[in-house]
Amino acid sequence: MTKIKLADSKVTELKQVCAKFDNQKNELINILHGAQELFGYLPAEVQEIIAQQLSVDVAHVYGVVTFYSFFSMSPKGEHPISVCMGTACYVRGAEKVLDEFKRILNVKIGETTPDGKFSVSSLRCVGACGLAPVVTVGSKVYGRVTIEEVQQIINEYQ
Amino acid sequence: MSQIKLTIDNKTVQVAQGTSIVDAAKQIGVNIPTLCHMKLEHVGYENKPGGCRICVVELEGRKNLAPACKTICTEGMQVSTHTLRVINARRTVMELILSDHPAECLTCVKSGKCDLQTRAQELGIREIPYQGEQSKYKEDKSPAIIRDMDKCIMCRRCEMMCKQVQTVGCLSAINRGFESVVAPAFEMDLEKSTCTYCGQCVAVCPTGALSEIDNTRKVIAALVNPNKTVIVQTAPAVRAALGEEFGLEPGTLVTGKMVSALKKIGFDKVFDTDFAADLTIMEEGTELLNRLQKHLAGDKNVKLPILTSCCPGWVNFFETNYPDMLDVPSTAKSPQQMFGAIAKTYLAEQMKLKREDLVVVSVMPCLAKKYESQRKEFQVNGNPDVDLSITTRELSQMIKGANLNFNELHNEEFDNPMGESTGAGVIFANTGGVIEAAVRTAYELHTQKTLEKVDFHELRGFEGIRSATVDFDGFPLKIGIAHGLGHARQLLNEVKAGTSTFHAIEIMACPGGCIGGAGQPYHHGDTNILKQRAAAIYREDAGKAIRKSHQNPFIIKLYDEFLGEPCGEKAHKLLHTHYFDKKPKVK
Repeated sequence: MTKIKLADSKVTELKQVCAKFDNQKNELINILHGAQELFGYLPAEVQEIIAQQLSVDVAHVYGVVTFYSFFSMSPKGEHPISVCMGTACYVRGAEKVLDEFKRILNVKIGETTPDGKFSVSSLRCVGACGLAPVVTVGSKVYGRVTIEEVQQIINEYQ
Repeated sequence: MSQIKLTIDNKTVQVAQGTSIVDAAKQIGVNIPTLCHMKLEHVGYENKPGGCRICVVELEGRKNLAPACKTICTEGMQVSTHTLRVINARRTVMELILSDHPAECLTCVKSGKCDLQTRAQELGIREIPYQGEQSKYKEDKSPAIIRDMDKCIMCRRCEMMCKQVQTVGCLSAINRGFESVVAPAFEMDLEKSTCTYCGQCVAVCPTGALSEIDNTRKVIAALVNPNKTVIVQTAPAVRAALGEEFGLEPGTLVTGKMVSALKKIGFDKVFDTDFAADLTIMEEGTELLNRLQKHLAGDKNVKLPILTSCCPGWVNFFETNYPDMLDVPSTAKSPQQMFGAIAKTYLAEQMKLKREDLVVVSVMPCLAKKYESQRKEFQVNGNPDVDLSITTRELSQMIKGANLNFNELHNEEFDNPMGESTGAGVIFANTGGVIEAAVRTAYELHTQKTLEKVDFHELRGFEGIRSATVDFDGFPLKIGIAHGLGHARQLLNEVKAGTSTFHAIEIMACPGGCIGGAGQPYHHGDTNILKQRAAAIYREDAGKAIRKSHQNPFIIKLYDEFLGEPCGEKAHKLLHTHYFDKKPKVK
C-alpha cells in the first residue's frame, strides 16, 4: 500500500467531521460517510486519523469500512459508473451490462482505470425499475441499457 | 438473584436468571458441543458470537433451533439437546464448515489438539458432501506467530482476546460473507501492526489458523552440529505444565523428568532460567530500592512507581501504547535475556568457547520470547544472546520425536552453576510472583533485617488487578499487580494521569502470568488448569531450601567474581536494556 500525504487543511476538516459527532465511537458509520464525502474515498491515512479521534482501534475502523460496500478505499474515477443490480435490473440483464463495462475498461468492481477516468461499481435499486436495466455515470441516468450501448456510453466521456 | 426452573433432556434444573442453556446443561452433566463459544471463567470473559451453530438445541414451542451458548434460560423452558433433528443440523453445520477448511490434518500443527477436529470426530463426519470455493488468504509469518487464515472458521475467539481481554485491538473481523476473515488493519502483516506477540490469540484458536513459529528443527540442527555446544534454559512455568502434554494431571510438577528428557535429547548443559530470575531480582530489586531511597530523600524527578520489565509481551505493549513513559519501567532485562547475556560472556569464558560456538536455547511458556530473543539490542555482532526460543509445546514435540517415554523418566538435577536457583526464582511463573520475589530481597536489603515469613499471600491470587501494602519496617510499600494487558492498561493510565499511589507495579501480559502463557499446553477454555499450575509453582517454591534470590550462592559468587555490584557498571552493561518508541505514527 503506497502512503499518501493528506493536506493539512483536509486533516483539519476531517477532525471537524469527527468533532461534529462529538468523537463518539458509536457514530463511526456517520463519520465515515462524512469522511468519504470529504475525500471521495477512505484511504488508510483517513481511517487512522478517525481511529485516533474516536479512540478506537484502527483495525476496527477498517473492519467497518470493508464490511459496507458503500465505503471505498480506492479513489473513484472522474466519471463513476454504477450499474444497478436490483431485482428488476438484474432480471433484465444488468449483470451482462456490468460485465461489458468491466471487460471494456479492464477493471473489477470497485476499481478505477489507471488514467483515473472511470470507476465501476454496482448498486442496489435506484428507484427507476421501469427503465431497467439502469446505469448511472456521475449524476446522469441511462435507462434500458443494452450490451451494445456500453461502448457508446463510455465514448461520451472519452 | 431469582431462580428459574427448566427441563433439559427431561431433567429438571434450577439456575440463576441470565444463565445460558450451555451453562445450565453443564450443571446436570450434559456437555452441549460448542466451537466458537469459549468461556474463560477465571479471566471473566466469554466469547459467544453465536456464529458457528454447532451448539444448536431444540426448544419446545420454538420453530427453529436455538444456539445454546447465546440463548438465555426462561421459566418452564423445555430443552432437548440430542434429538435427531439437532444431530442432523449439527452434522450439516460441520460439513459446511469443513467444506471450506483445508484437509491437512496429517501435517497440521494443531492436529490432535484441534477443537474443530475433535467436534468433527464426535459427530462422526466421514465425508464432506458439499463442494465449493475454498478461501485463499496470504500466509503471515511474524517473528513469533503464524497466521494461516485458510484454516480460520471465524469463531472470533482471537478477536475477543486481542480486543477485549488484552485491549491490544490489532485484530478485527474484516470484509463480509465468504470473504470475511480476522486480520490486522489494512490486512498488514502482524509484524507491522500493533501486535505485542503475547500470543493469547494462539492460546484460544480452535484450529491451526494461528500458531507459533516452530524452532524445533533449528534446535535439532544445532544439536547434531559437532562444532556447537548447545545449552538450554527452562523457564519456571514450563515444569508446571509440560506434564499435561503427556496425560498427567494439570498442576503436576515434572521438573526432574524435564531435565532428564533435555539431557537425553542431547543438550550439553541443562540450566534453569530460575537462576536468571534470581539475577533479575538483584537488579530490579536494587533499582526499586535506589528509586525509593531517592524518593524518600525528596527527589521529585525519580520515577515511581517502578514497573517490572521481565515480560516481553508487556514490554512490546508499553513501547507501542505508552512511548512517552519509556523511563518508568525498570531497565532490567528479562530473565531469558539475562541468562543469555551471562551465558555468552561468563559461561563461554569458563567453558573456553567462542560465543559463536555456544548455542543458547530457551524453553519458554511464551511466544513473545521468540521475538525478544531476536531484538537487535540483544545481539553482539549479529550473534544473539539467546539463539533459539521454543515453547513448552515445542519441547513436548521434541520429547515425543526423540521417542522418550516421558512419564517413566527418572528425575535428574539441573547442571551447575546456572542451574542453581531459589524459590523466589520459581514463583516468577505466577502473577504476583515477581513482585513477591522482589519483596523478599528488597525487604532484607532495605531493612537489614531477616524476613521470617517469606510467603506473601496478600500478593497471590487471580484477580485481574490486585494491590497490597507491605510493611518495610515502618515504611508502607504499596504494590500493584496486573495480569492481562487490559488490566495493565488500567494501571498504566493511572500512572500516566499521575493518580497512581503505588511504589511498584508488577505486570504480566498473559492471564495468570507465565503459567497461562501462549506457549503452554492448550487449556481449551478450562481456566481451572491455570490455577492448578499456579498452585504447583507455589509448591515448588515451598519445597526449596533457599527462597530468597540474594541468598543464591552462585548469584553471590557471580557478583563477587564477575559482575561487581548490582546495578553497577558491568551489571548495567550486561543486564539492563533500553526501550523504543514503537507507536505507529498518525497525523
